[in-house]
Amino acid sequence: MALEYRGVSKDFVTNPDNPLTAVRDINFRVEEGEFVSIVGPSGCGKSTILSMTAGLYQPTRGEVFVSDERVVGPNAHVGFMLQKDLLLPWRSIVSNIEFGLEARGVGKAARRERAMKELRHCHLDGFENHFPYQLSGGMRQRAALARTLAIDPEIILLDEPFSALDAQTKLLLQNSFGGTIAAAGKTTLLITHDLAEAVLMSDRILVLSERPGTIVAEIRIDLPHRDQPLKRRVLPEVSRYAAELFGHLKLEEKAL
Amino acid sequence: MTVAAQQAGTRVPAGVKPRRSFSLARHGTLLASLGILAGFLLLWEFLPPALDVPKFIIPTVSDCLVELKRMWFQERLFSHTMSTAFYTVLGFAIGSALGAVMGYLLGMSAFWEKVLSPYILALQIAPKVAFAPLFIMWFGYNAMPKLLVTVLIVFFPVMVNVLQAMRTVDRDLVNLARAYKLSRWGIFRKIEMPSTLPNLMAGLRIASTLAVIGVTVGELVGGNTGLGFLISYGGGQANAAMVFNAILFLTLIGIVLYTVLARVEEKILHYLPKAEH
Repeated sequence: MALEYRGVSKDFVTNPDNPLTAVRDINFRVEEGEFVSIVGPSGCGKSTILSMTAGLYQPTRGEVFVSDERVVGPNAHVGFMLQKDLLLPWRSIVSNIEFGLEARGVGKAARRERAMKELRHCHLDGFENHFPYQLSGGMRQRAALARTLAIDPEIILLDEPFSALDAQTKLLLQNSFGGTIAAAGKTTLLITHDLAEAVLMSDRILVLSERPGTIVAEIRIDLPHRDQPLKRRVLPEVSRYAAELFGHLKLEEKAL
Repeated sequence: MTVAAQQAGTRVPAGVKPRRSFSLARHGTLLASLGILAGFLLLWEFLPPALDVPKFIIPTVSDCLVELKRMWFQERLFSHTMSTAFYTVLGFAIGSALGAVMGYLLGMSAFWEKVLSPYILALQIAPKVAFAPLFIMWFGYNAMPKLLVTVLIVFFPVMVNVLQAMRTVDRDLVNLARAYKLSRWGIFRKIEMPSTLPNLMAGLRIASTLAVIGVTVGELVGGNTGLGFLISYGGGQANAAMVFNAILFLTLIGIVLYTVLARVEEKILHYLPKAEH
């Protein structure tokens, strides 16, 4: 399997008498090639899960495995993307896509070749010599995806990558990402608070409770067209799944 | 794809179109600026004599021009100017290099930054030009004191700007670089250094104007070369025109240095979108 959490908890010690538990006793597995989303209320520790998977910090208890290897630090198996595109403004698009390869001893020519390939996969042909400020928000996120794919990670972590975009760009980009990721066959973990997005893009959804976050439900999405969220969007079952998520998050009680 | 491509596509002509009206507007402001200059020069030429202000208080423009010619041929104005320009650039280069290095070093160590920050603040507030007589006592009447004053005065704005920028480097960018397994040096070279470049350049621009002040004070207090010396010499002779001319040349040195830096900045920071007016 591609990713496994075994009894993972994470405390943040800002005040020694009262440590803040971000997530508690998280257990789940993601199979190879699977697209799994994590949804939950804000502040439930979604991003903590992402950071622990990327190896940016360690769990307080429990273990995280990526490709059957225990995560002890930043590692080459994981590529992550945030709401911010994190493109380096002083680099051209193609050079931004190459960025992740530079610390890996890949030669200059090979880097450029890989970057140009991912550029095409992400439909950015002709923009390789543009600078980030010259691109729209959606294009910049596609460039960020190209950079993430360029290092050929075994798992892609997406932390609300569409939440800063306008509604239409968001739909188009979800579709574009869904297609690109399916074509690349990458295992993906998407963190989002957008319930519809989770239903449209995933094979499976994990629902987190409020802090300390723990998994309260797991929903398998048995719908076709995972690689084309725009097509999946019109299926009648989508709203039923969204309603189910809605119930798990106890949003109705909160609305009162 | 198409939506995004269209957005990007419309941006290019949008950047070209307003240029015409922009140049017209700039023409207008240029004319107005020149008009103010002409008015000022006319007032300067005719108002003081009309009010019976003596020449040694306010010399007229033509007095200054006559004096300028005399200074050029009899007071070695050119070599004084070159000397001042040389020490301005040298002091600026040394001071800003030291300031940048110190800013980056402190920016990488929160511990040392905290330990040293009260002293840095004190030194930053202390009027650097007041050190000039001390430096003359220590090093004598040579180029060293004015160079030291300049280095000292240039050092702080550069260091403070760099340090400030190092503190505000995007943590997510650093995390991204860490996830890509860049070394500490790699993170500095590829993330922190370029991120702080706009602030470094801003610090250099401020420092360039201060460098002229440093050298001038050094020359005023001691020595027998440079425009600062001409100012104190002219002042001693009640030759106000000489002082005016020396100030003009000092300003020119500052403007040249500033303009060069602004050009370099524009070249280096080409990737920042220009503010639209």
